[in-house]
Amino acid sequence: MASGAGVKTIEEIEPFEAAQEIEGGDVVLVDTREPHEYQEAHLENGKLVPPGLLADEIATAAPDKSARTILYCRSGNRSAIAAAQMQELGYEDVASMAGGILAWQEQGLPVVAASGMTAEQRDRYSRHTLLPEVGVDGQVKLLNAKVLLLGAGGLGAPTALYLAAAGIGTLGLVDDDVVDASNLQRQVIHNTERIGMPKTESARLFIEALNPDVNVVEHRGRLDAGNILEIIGDYDIVVDGADNFPTRYLLNDASVRLRKPVVSASILGFDGQISTFVPFEGPCYRCLYPTPPPAELAPSCSANGVLGVMAGTMGTLQANEVIKLVLGAGEPLVGRLLLYEALGTTFTELKVRRDPECPICGENAPEIPESEMGRFPDYDLFCAGAGGDR
Amino acid sequence: MATVRIPPVLRPKTGGQSEVEAAGSNVGEVLRNLTEAHPDTQGQLFGEDGDLNRYVNVYLNDEDVRVLDGLGTGVKDGDTVVILPAMAGGAS
Repeated sequence: MASGAGVKTIEEIEPFEAAQEIEGGDVVLVDTREPHEYQEAHLENGKLVPPGLLADEIATAAPDKSARTILYCRSGNRSAIAAAQMQELGYEDVASMAGGILAWQEQGLPVVAASGMTAEQRDRYSRHTLLPEVGVDGQVKLLNAKVLLLGAGGLGAPTALYLAAAGIGTLGLVDDDVVDASNLQRQVIHNTERIGMPKTESARLFIEALNPDVNVVEHRGRLDAGNILEIIGDYDIVVDGADNFPTRYLLNDASVRLRKPVVSASILGFDGQISTFVPFEGPCYRCLYPTPPPAELAPSCSANGVLGVMAGTMGTLQANEVIKLVLGAGEPLVGRLLLYEALGTTFTELKVRRDPECPICGENAPEIPESEMGRFPDYDLFCAGAGGDR
Repeated sequence: MATVRIPPVLRPKTGGQSEVEAAGSNVGEVLRNLTEAHPDTQGQLFGEDGDLNRYVNVYLNDEDVRVLDGLGTGVKDGDTVVILPAMAGGAS
């Protein structure tokens, strides 16, 4: 192809020929594009030498001037020019790949990404990676994150949906319940055909179809003092969508001990609350609610009712908090309690402070010795005893 | 006058109102005016000893009164007092 007065013609080879030679071994493969192109996708073992740096860096990438060296770029132009330059520098056996990486991919040959994402992932998450606050690095963090959802019901359902869409690599789901028709007014991860199925299984089916990148771990059962440390220990962040107070207090105790952030929300009627608890950086659940209310001040959704979409509003706010924590971006709701009221569509923010006297995270909170790590106060009793006379 | 925001669980005791105006120069007075106007709220807010129940959080505007002066926290015209019990939703 490229030739002019006094310049040797350079050898050009087709992608499939390059692939054969590479497979045969003993080929030095050089990528003559820019770093961002290389990041997105490159041939495995391709060494990056950008055109402007060729003279300086080629000796490092290709120390042996008699070795078979194949060059490629995006479409074949820059690699042809680089091949000619290398010949000028004394390289004896250089070839340029015609059509570049574009032709290579068109022929179905594989590429890899320096960022740890496949080509499919780069496409799937492109709307994320375009955002400066996310980028390729942020998306990789999401893909490497492990998040546990306590409850695959009202709050867990929308949270799981959006965390799965975002590419959270491992999603654990804790739920011992099965899908019921009355759930479907708000638990949109389930459906009519899956009534009777365990919720974790139903959720897993939806998530796998939405995003095969997500590894769903089902924990069919309830968290209790005997299993909580072991279960939450495997995860980076816990999302609290529990339907009862004892579990919330147990989770708080365990998450502070293990220093796991918890994104906590609750809904009832037309009201929702959400906050994010990062142990020792901000308050914990006990700082906010030192004592649970008596039963008559804490009705359940099954008794009181809840607007279906409330679950979506607060659940997606939970997903938003998780994503910010994973990315290290924005301002999570640490030390802030956000109240949402759906009838008026009003948001109110209240400050939450660390309680210096908090028995869990306060200055004088007892240090838990190793032998006591798995032993927790009886939270059922603690909650039943609240509000006086028993 | 201050505005007292009533949480959903207490609204049946305030005739369904989500906001009630109440006079008082401090949070304690405002809440006592509330319980005088709506006696059924008394037991939910205050214990036998006259202290605020520990499971009820009260905020003056956006700050928990526990970090201010408790029931003695001064209240100005136009302030908001928020009553907030914990919620855990779910199935009974």
